Amino acid sequence: MSENQEHAHIVPYRTFFLVWVALLALTAITVAVAQVNLGPLNVWAALGIATVKSTLVVAYFMHMKYEARLFKLALLAALAILAIFIGMTFLDVLYRS
Amino acid sequence: MSGHEHQDYTGAKFGMWLFLFTEVLLFGGLFILYAVYLARYPKEFVTAGSQLNVWFGGGNTLVLLTSSLFVAVSITALRRGATGLCLRLLGGTVACAALFMLNKFFEWSAKIGHGIYPGSAHLRELPPGETVFFNIYYLTTGLHGLHVVIGAIVLIWTMALIKTGRVHANDWVILENAGLYWHLVDLIWIFIFPLYYLILH
Repeated sequence: MSENQEHAHIVPYRTFFLVWVALLALTAITVAVAQVNLGPLNVWAALGIATVKSTLVVAYFMHMKYEARLFKLALLAALAILAIFIGMTFLDVLYRS
Repeated sequence: MSGHEHQDYTGAKFGMWLFLFTEVLLFGGLFILYAVYLARYPKEFVTAGSQLNVWFGGGNTLVLLTSSLFVAVSITALRRGATGLCLRLLGGTVACAALFMLNKFFEWSAKIGHGIYPGSAHLRELPPGETVFFNIYYLTTGLHGLHVVIGAIVLIWTMALIKTGRVHANDWVILENAGLYWHLVDLIWIFIFPLYYLILH
């Protein structure tokens, strides 16, 4: 069982509880912001808050904060591929005549 | 099964993450569809999005965030030897999954009752932007709902493995991977909720 030692980090209950409280607060904020007319900024505000929420979920609930560097690099690579996917699509659809 | 079974925790967890990346790209495709049509039909998306019930969407957000908390805490509980607490938390997560699907049932029933469903006569009469919004709404939330059901089944299976002693305080990677899948379900909903239910202006 020696291999388990390197994965010995146990996240305390309290950390998870605080993350959950933060996620609920951010949900309330995103609902409140949506009621205000900010024009096109509404969707960017929604995406910004959703990004903060997902960072909390990935870092703490999914333990990414405590994983080896390989995991973090792989996550970055996956997100970069998604960004390229989105970028290339918009390079096409925004410039169609 | 011998007592000297080979274990590779890093490999097992990394494999799960690789699978989750493909899921992110799958849902990413659906969000790109949303983004492209939002850019093309901004007014119609607001008209259609305002018809979705924020209480259903918001309620289900609370249900999923809480279920994610239960799963995260259940891993700590198992590793500290609190097997009973771990099983109760996982049971709570499965109950949350059932509650989520029940909400979804009422929500979809109301929409379908108003003649809004893919291919309906009413949907065809609406402007193209509104038709597109509701079609990708059903596609995205439908695929997400399927993930909720699969996640709940995986967690029930994991609970059985904990009860039989196959998963325990020193061998928990199956629970960890099942939990990762469940958090992904939560993660996708974190984006679905504001994009579909909170597009009011």
